[in-house]
Amino acid sequence: MSHQPRRLSSGGRIDRDGPLAFTLEGRALSGFAGDTLASALLANDIRLVGRSFKYHRPRGFVAAGVEEPNGLFTLGSGGRTTPNMAATVTELYEGLAARRQNGSPSVDFDLMAINSLIAPLLGAGFYYKTFMGPRQGSWMFYEPFIRRAAGLGRALHERDPDRYETCYKHADVAVIGAGPAGLAAARAAGASGARVVLIEQDALLGGALLSSRTDELQESLRREMERALENLPSVEILRRTTALGLYDGNMLALVTRAVNGQPDPDRGESREVVTTLCPKAIVFATGAIERPLLFADNDRPGVMLASAARSYLNRYAVAIGRRIVVATNNDAAWYSAADLARGGAEVTVVDQRLEVDATLRQLAEQSRLTVETGTVVTRALGRRRVVGVRLAAVDAARERRVDCDLLCMSGGWSGAVHLTSHNGAKPVYRSDIDAFVPGELATGQFLAGAVMGSFRLSETIAGGAQAGSNAARHAGFAIAANPTVATAIPDIPYRVEPARKPRTGLPGKAFVDFQSDVTSRDVSAAVEEGFQSVEHLKRYTTLGMGTDQGKTSNVSAVGLVADLRGLSLPAAGTTTFRPPYTPVSVGALAGRNIGQHFRPVRRSPLHDWHLAHGATLIEAGPWLRAWYYRWAGDTVLSAYVEEMRQVRTKVGLSDVSTLGKIDVQGPDAAELLNRVYVNGFAKLPVGKARYGVMLNDDATVLDDGTTARFAATKYFMTTTTAQSAEVMSHLEFLLQTAWVDLNVQVVSVTDEWAGMSIAGPKARTALELCLPGQDFSDAALPHMGCREANVDGVPLRTLRLSFSGELAYELYVPAGYGIALWEKLLAGAAPLGIRPYGLEALASLRIEKGHVAGLELDHRNTLDDLGLGRMASKEKAYVGRELRDRPGLTDPQRWSLVGLECLEPGSRLRGGAILFASGEPLVGHGRGYITSVTWSTERNNYIALGLYKGGLANLGREIVCAYPLKGENVRARIVSPVFLDAPGERLHV
Amino acid sequence: MLKIPCPNCGERHYTEFRYGGDATKRRPAPGANMKTWHDYVFLFDNPKGAHKEYWQHVLGCRQWLVLERDTATNQVARAWPAGDWATRL
Repeated sequence: MSHQPRRLSSGGRIDRDGPLAFTLEGRALSGFAGDTLASALLANDIRLVGRSFKYHRPRGFVAAGVEEPNGLFTLGSGGRTTPNMAATVTELYEGLAARRQNGSPSVDFDLMAINSLIAPLLGAGFYYKTFMGPRQGSWMFYEPFIRRAAGLGRALHERDPDRYETCYKHADVAVIGAGPAGLAAARAAGASGARVVLIEQDALLGGALLSSRTDELQESLRREMERALENLPSVEILRRTTALGLYDGNMLALVTRAVNGQPDPDRGESREVVTTLCPKAIVFATGAIERPLLFADNDRPGVMLASAARSYLNRYAVAIGRRIVVATNNDAAWYSAADLARGGAEVTVVDQRLEVDATLRQLAEQSRLTVETGTVVTRALGRRRVVGVRLAAVDAARERRVDCDLLCMSGGWSGAVHLTSHNGAKPVYRSDIDAFVPGELATGQFLAGAVMGSFRLSETIAGGAQAGSNAARHAGFAIAANPTVATAIPDIPYRVEPARKPRTGLPGKAFVDFQSDVTSRDVSAAVEEGFQSVEHLKRYTTLGMGTDQGKTSNVSAVGLVADLRGLSLPAAGTTTFRPPYTPVSVGALAGRNIGQHFRPVRRSPLHDWHLAHGATLIEAGPWLRAWYYRWAGDTVLSAYVEEMRQVRTKVGLSDVSTLGKIDVQGPDAAELLNRVYVNGFAKLPVGKARYGVMLNDDATVLDDGTTARFAATKYFMTTTTAQSAEVMSHLEFLLQTAWVDLNVQVVSVTDEWAGMSIAGPKARTALELCLPGQDFSDAALPHMGCREANVDGVPLRTLRLSFSGELAYELYVPAGYGIALWEKLLAGAAPLGIRPYGLEALASLRIEKGHVAGLELDHRNTLDDLGLGRMASKEKAYVGRELRDRPGLTDPQRWSLVGLECLEPGSRLRGGAILFASGEPLVGHGRGYITSVTWSTERNNYIALGLYKGGLANLGREIVCAYPLKGENVRARIVSPVFLDAPGERLHV
Repeated sequence: MLKIPCPNCGERHYTEFRYGGDATKRRPAPGANMKTWHDYVFLFDNPKGAHKEYWQHVLGCRQWLVLERDTATNQVARAWPAGDWATRL
């Protein structure tokens, strides 16, 4: 174990019996259990933790919590590598491998620091002004260089081996933050019996109490409050859990990190779990964040928040400085200073206020603090670590130097209002505490503690208990009496005066936003250039847009803008905070929905057979379908043509289980069908099926399909695969909102039935071989006939209808019998040479026959556009009828369905090609486009369906199919969309 | 997030539902003139505040319902089965 030069020999919340070895860029270091990566690095006297975003200035830790802007590291290795992790909230673990970022070749020796020398050029809007310049493409040229020079850690392309999870949780009351206010709130709410979830981002409960010395009263109070909660069975405590966002209806998104960020994969642990929590009431006890002060070179390593220095000392037993200057504008920092002095340092308090309270003077005397009032720090000295400061009286120009090795700053405290404002509640400014507090909250939301400007411990605890009681009451739980928690700890006063602005005309930079490298000069430049609204300023300068989201910079920036524009602070406004409160990995948000679980997949009941018999699968909407089979060829291009030939010359079997299937039953079933289809269904006899088309209300085509009547009140509707859910909802909407008097039920049975189509000239012979005892003669089962039968006790529905143009039958059996029937057909018809065919051939066969399908039914085309106008009944009402006659829909120049035949041997037509008249310039959107293309075994040529201006009025005309993506312009002729057997002789055999 | 009180299934996450448009508009009778149908299909108000709209519990009981929701705050007041428009309002 290496020596930790800055570690105290006693005190703190670290486990000295639990030493941990870790590395920084391969250098072996040690820390203790209970450390964060930040505290362990500081214990090892490592202060330079990164290079800044734009200027590559050396940077150190500013904070000890989530607000840290500088200390971002790349952690882990291989697929677990995670960039931009704040070391201040990274629990140290054995073997942790950390790397600093944005240094080239290294953070210690960074060539890009030359950016500091050209800094005057890199001000607000630099990128916009320089690289977006008048010459088109200049940004494209410069971007790679800028990306290399700027920025933080790098994402990687390796797969993350860890598991992430998402889940839901329910509670009556959620308490966010386990500081004294949150602990009191959870206790009060839990005592009522309400289910309480207490959410704490830290590994320990206590919030600000954790930064006090472990031998003080605060610690016994903390332990007492923690114990009380652990004894309440209705309270669930979520440690290492951050409330990322607040949404409508009191919904919270939480992320819980594994202990030490080290999940045990053998125990099924996830690295991070995102939880959606919908409590009835929420108590926000999110605390407050200390603000930096603005002075020249306030970003030098060794300049940090006073509260952070206190936390490193008391919680982690790390004494960072021996000669410390504490610069402040408020009372709280004096108490931090007193603790630092008690830790053995020589401390000078520099307070900008001319007068301070007598209690502070007393404290200073007891703690032997040197005090300078009415004084400000004008500049930090040193480069890689601070070596001193320049001080000046607030009203004087003369500066003097004081040496120090740590400069603590406190510009006052800002409530962590972020979450409360996610849902639109604008924070409001309170001048008495120089801070924003949450605005008007939605019902069921309550505040407690520092977030609402309540800084005194006794107030915080009492207010927390009150908020917890109110929340439980809101959730419907009775509160016997408001609980009281007495504490002997004296209250610390909190008085503050707005921080002084940085002096102008001095060398050096005063950073407002450390992470985005935005200085006070950038802010004033932006305001001078007209970016006066805080929201504009933010976008122009990138202020507050880093991973820390400006937790330390926001209020200072608003203060500067107010000053520059001569406005009051509330008039200058504040920015909108958005989720997430702290960075969250994309993996955690995705949870298990990655890879093949990215979205649900639907599988046909025949899926396993396809896989086992050489099918290549393709995604079709949510479905995985058999695309083509290996028997026909090794690539889709060779296979589908072979499969088409199989169907045209012999017999093929295809899986059509994905078609939507809807059972329509009831006395008014015929009436329903007659109203939704454009063609008549009232007189469809039992034992017959009919092709029908449905319209949307606006008269565009919704769907087509076949409906079969198996009994007087029993119909079986099929829809296209793509529109099945839409059609189902459409029918339900009409029946439940408009036609409630119809006595009919519709039920989706898509998953209940396996469907297969047997097609080809030998289809009838095949069925006679496979299903002996049934009569498949043309007389018994004519074209568009249907019947229900029993085969070995299994119901079988047979519909004689054709998508391919060949003699064909669709067979439906309960899904569980799908493979059995499929195999029975293949085995029984083997002597005829039956073969399975896939989706590509299925779609190609229908193109030859001129049947429209999903590619043509895009909710923009009318019946007439698709050549189906004659189907529409003139006798009856049907959905969409009234709006069919709109002038725009009856224009003969609309793009409507045509067939296309390729005129250039050796060339091909392509789906999506833009159609132009012969000889006209190939610019713009043309006169139409190709919807579907196939090689035709009938024509020995490429054929296509498409939409063309004026449609079949152009029959015989030669056109040009332009496909700019491949630079192809191919001549084609407009022909009838029916390429095969126009009279339908093949169907009636 | 919206939670929708389904009259059949109780309060559920809105992702179980599909949105179905303005429920204050009455579907015209078949054969009503083109203008009436045009207005029903294409003209929508975009009110701020309390509003009635159709939702369907597609991943539950498949009931179409009318939901009263404040479009500015997303506060849900109540929901009831869509039913016959004439007897509803």
